Amino acid sequence: MLELNNVTVIFNEGTVNEKVALSHVNLHLEKGDFVTIIGSNGAGKSTLFQSISGAVELTEGQVILNGDDITSYPEYQRSRYIGRLFQDPLKGTAPSMTIEENLSLASQRGKHFSLALFSHKHKEQYREALKELDLGLEDRLETKVGTLSGGQRQALTLLMATYVTPQLLLLDEHTAALDPKTAQKVLEMSSHLIEEHNITTLMITHNMEDALKYGNKTMIMKDGQIIAMIEGEERKRMTVDELIHLYSSSTKEYNDRILLKQ
Amino acid sequence: MSLTVVLGALELGGIFAIMSLGLYISYKILNLPDLTVDGSFTLGCAVSAMFTIHSLPYLGLCVSFIAGALAGVVTGLLITKVKIMPLLSGILTMTALYSINLRIMGDSPNVSLFECSSIFTLFEFLGTYHKLIVIFVIVLLICIVLHYFLRTQLGLALRACGDNEDMVRASSIDTDKMKVLGLALANGFVAMGGAVFAQHQTYSDISSGTGMMVIGLASIIVGMTFIRKDKIIFQLIAVVIGSVFYRGVLTIALQLGLPSGDLKLLSALLVVIAIASTTIKRRKKKNVRT
Repeated sequence: MLELNNVTVIFNEGTVNEKVALSHVNLHLEKGDFVTIIGSNGAGKSTLFQSISGAVELTEGQVILNGDDITSYPEYQRSRYIGRLFQDPLKGTAPSMTIEENLSLASQRGKHFSLALFSHKHKEQYREALKELDLGLEDRLETKVGTLSGGQRQALTLLMATYVTPQLLLLDEHTAALDPKTAQKVLEMSSHLIEEHNITTLMITHNMEDALKYGNKTMIMKDGQIIAMIEGEERKRMTVDELIHLYSSSTKEYNDRILLKQ
Repeated sequence: MSLTVVLGALELGGIFAIMSLGLYISYKILNLPDLTVDGSFTLGCAVSAMFTIHSLPYLGLCVSFIAGALAGVVTGLLITKVKIMPLLSGILTMTALYSINLRIMGDSPNVSLFECSSIFTLFEFLGTYHKLIVIFVIVLLICIVLHYFLRTQLGLALRACGDNEDMVRASSIDTDKMKVLGLALANGFVAMGGAVFAQHQTYSDISSGTGMMVIGLASIIVGMTFIRKDKIIFQLIAVVIGSVFYRGVLTIALQLGLPSGDLKLLSALLVVIAIASTTIKRRKKKNVRT
């Protein structure tokens, strides 16, 4: 499904500011895999996502999606197959356009943009899809997205990213900027959508509980490398405490969030 | 104020509306400050003048649109492919266009179209108002085209591009192509404004375009302070009304005895006042809330 071969990203190569963001990363995912990723700041999690989605250029290596080498594809072409959500809820939607217009753009993903007049004929479909979010947005199709709350916008972004089912979904701490209750709700929604459509997913999180609760694999990153991949029986039996222990002993890092969890 | 003065103001207002509608695409929809305008307006003047001299005024209008669009494509490519920042890209194209415009006009800084038949000649039977009618029919046609285009799937993508580029790229749309397309359309209409301007004034001058960007901005901003609606149809109307109003203010100032050399100063001031008025209003609202 997704294959990363020897992926290396070096920023400012050859200067004093040289920074190896990803160092010879190899990753192989099967269809339907849902991997949670943990790692401290600067571990290369976001760079990993950017190199998969095409936002940064690889210094070395290959990205293969469904047997196609997409390493040289520009970002916009890759987004035909890859859905993305960012930490910033404002990033995924166009604020001065209505919910309907936003969904219409999302539903056109991968298709040709024609000179056909924007029509309201998919309104019912959008309404049905919005109903599943259970946020009362189904009656507000004409509302400007800019007037929605962060949680609502992130939920809408989630819907847009999965409206045309992507082959790969990248969730970059997509609930970190939301209040705990909304965050939980958006996370539940994500997991529901992912299971329903059997979407291969990578999710970055800083929450150890979520890292174990969701998905079928957990991966720990440090200094641009994958240092642990927990899956199968081992993962099923693992408790949050054990994961925290594994994380801190393998990365030799203790941050507040982890200490507080203990 | 005599009828001729009022008519003249309305006619020029209409011509500037054509140009402002173009600028509306780059400034409002794409959110790109595009300084190519000063050059592409003159480009429109020059192309249209040369075609009018050879008795092809209508073809001149079409070709000037294409020429303007090409200028827009150049700026667009500078921004997206060479990664020069938008402001500088516009200035570069504008500067280059100065030489090109001179070439088009046969290396002379101005071309007179006196006694050449223009797009207005055919409609002289309509009487005193014939120029006004022709101009506003053009404005109306452009409004209809834009109103249709901006509501198509492609238009939607273009609008989203100025709103949130990240999101557009995530929807598998090539933002670079959108920018080039938007700038091409924008400068096409600007050049068409210049083309009508040259035929209306019966001359084309190498410096006709100077300050057009500010005039267009003034028209858009003034119009939008009058009509604060988000629907495209209202925004287009706002641009047209803004242009006519703006020209009206300048005409009144001229009638009151303002030397014509001070017009540009007045234009710049008008933009500052219009922007300041919206900022002050917003600040007042904020104060009430807190």
